[in-house]
Amino acid sequence: MLRVNYEKCNLCGRCMEVCPFGGIGIMADQVIINEKCRLCRQCIKHCPTGALSLSKSTKGLVNDAEWQGVLVFAEQSGGVIHPVTYELIGKGRELAKKLGQPLNCVLIGYQVRGKAAELLKYGVEKVYVYDYPELEYYSIEPFAAAIAAAIEKTQPNILLIGATSIGRSLAPRLAVRFRTGLTADCTVLDVKENGDLIQIRPAFGGNIMAQIVTPHHRPQMATVRYKVMEPAKADSCSKGEVVSCFINQSKLASRVTVLQATPKPEEASITDAEVIVAVGRGIRTEGDLNLALELAHLLGGQLGATRPLIECGWLPYTRQIGLSGRTVRPKLLIACGISGAVQFVAGMSNAEQIYAINSDPNAPIFNVATHAIIGDLYQVIPRLIQLIKGEGIRVLEEVN
Amino acid sequence: MYCLNILVCIKQVPETRDVEVDENTGVLKREGVDSKMNPFDLYALEAGVQLKERYGGKVTVISMGPPQAAAVLKEAYMMGADAGILMSDRKFAGADTLATAFTLAQGIGRSGSFDLILCGKQTTDGDTAQVGPGIAEFLDLPHVSYVSSILALDADYITVEKDLTDGIQVCRVHLPCLLTLMETANQPRLPSYRLRLATSGRPIEVVSYKDLPPVKTEYYGLDGSPTQVERIFPPESHRDRIVYHGEPDEIANQLYVQLKEHRFI
Repeated sequence: MLRVNYEKCNLCGRCMEVCPFGGIGIMADQVIINEKCRLCRQCIKHCPTGALSLSKSTKGLVNDAEWQGVLVFAEQSGGVIHPVTYELIGKGRELAKKLGQPLNCVLIGYQVRGKAAELLKYGVEKVYVYDYPELEYYSIEPFAAAIAAAIEKTQPNILLIGATSIGRSLAPRLAVRFRTGLTADCTVLDVKENGDLIQIRPAFGGNIMAQIVTPHHRPQMATVRYKVMEPAKADSCSKGEVVSCFINQSKLASRVTVLQATPKPEEASITDAEVIVAVGRGIRTEGDLNLALELAHLLGGQLGATRPLIECGWLPYTRQIGLSGRTVRPKLLIACGISGAVQFVAGMSNAEQIYAINSDPNAPIFNVATHAIIGDLYQVIPRLIQLIKGEGIRVLEEVN
Repeated sequence: MYCLNILVCIKQVPETRDVEVDENTGVLKREGVDSKMNPFDLYALEAGVQLKERYGGKVTVISMGPPQAAAVLKEAYMMGADAGILMSDRKFAGADTLATAFTLAQGIGRSGSFDLILCGKQTTDGDTAQVGPGIAEFLDLPHVSYVSSILALDADYITVEKDLTDGIQVCRVHLPCLLTLMETANQPRLPSYRLRLATSGRPIEVVSYKDLPPVKTEYYGLDGSPTQVERIFPPESHRDRIVYHGEPDEIANQLYVQLKEHRFI
């Protein structure tokens, strides 16, 4: 492969210009060689500082044979398994099958053994359980210690963790502890024939996608965005086993004491909604939100919004859809007056049906829409509401 | 007065996230993109300066990047930071989050012992949220990510509120520790013109590879980065779609029929 010596490279960009295949880019002070590189050596010839060279792959820093299987961190809180876990199992099974390796889970908490059996229904071979009073509430040090113990015990080729606030706090500590690569917030995962994990994730707020590999280090670690992968379906028969694991209690000491843990008030969340009416800057006043809210209620759905409306203070942060808000995967999403900035689209493009209403026919939201409505939401939505309400009246009449 | 020694980690990021990939070449278009301080770092800096104002002490800011990244440290001076360290060396370039956390941890270790290390919850270019926790692990410090509010501080502990998406934890953390802060933690101040004048001559300490203590295994720059970016490409956006236009009444009717057909009504 082509290698860059950064002691010589001055990021002049000459290599990028002379590459006939568009095989080189410069991003974040890094020369990135992409798959279009044909090793034609044009860049090496033209590099003014002699920073580029060809080198043989250094594969073999790790012994792949010692690192086998896919390990999924089964996140739970108060005995409830976080739904991202089933999505990780679904993807993990697919990867494990391709690799011909087992899929296992690690479950940590207190009095959670019963939950482990539940995971077995989803085609998990082994669930390694660390069940200790010190693990009742999430706390970084004991949790990291327990997962680290599971990594040492099982030596996984791939470790998948949900990109939840807990997962994204735990994973980087583990990656440092094992001096291995970690890719954040992946939206696509696959494996190469040689066992390398292909990790695709959005960067620059979703404006570009990056494909990342960890070729020479194991385990290959990734956090995976919630609501992106298809959740595993329960099998009728479960052949797996629950393995109770021991950890030296001195390792569970914590310099963080949880004084209080309160679930957030159970407000109907947009993350789990099957129908969402989302509003953007096409909504002119705060009072006009009622229009969208009424439509949402009539469809039995929730109201969501783009970032600008949240920043105006019209709606709480929990209603924000997009990269810096929530990722949603409803059956139906109606986007009202939303232009379709990539940051927003990244949070909703997996919706099954997307109805977009916008008066600008060139609005980028139409690129992801399944139903593109070119029109004025202030004219269309009230009429639609009337029609739906009329339905209600008709039904009542029929009943009577 | 506790006289806290506070460190705030700052990154210089592109001014806009609206970068584009050339569909034909797969190369990032980045002409004329200006830089600024990572917006999430403002909350970390504000928290640090507020703690200093309340309890006394010193706020040091640290960044890793090319020489021009000194600009964000200068900006931090205008918001109340007292000293700045820039980790800059060709050897550090091409670093992934592991190598970045290692390099910053090396720089922090060399610069003294801090009571509190503060970071933004993530950056707007990488969006990984991995470097803060990574630094904590390298330095063997406890950390709390996604701190939504700092509640109290005493000689040995800081009490914070942590956002767990579906819940809130209040936790007491032994100092020294590392926190990553959410945008709900405070309201960052604007750069002050008075401080700009007062700090215009204040130096920034530049730390290069040769200034760092030798370690058994090095994880600097590209060579110390286990992850490799294989390619970058624009996000896809293709779907078959039904287009509606015309009179609002007609559109509403069609929509109604369509929604009913799919059993949403």
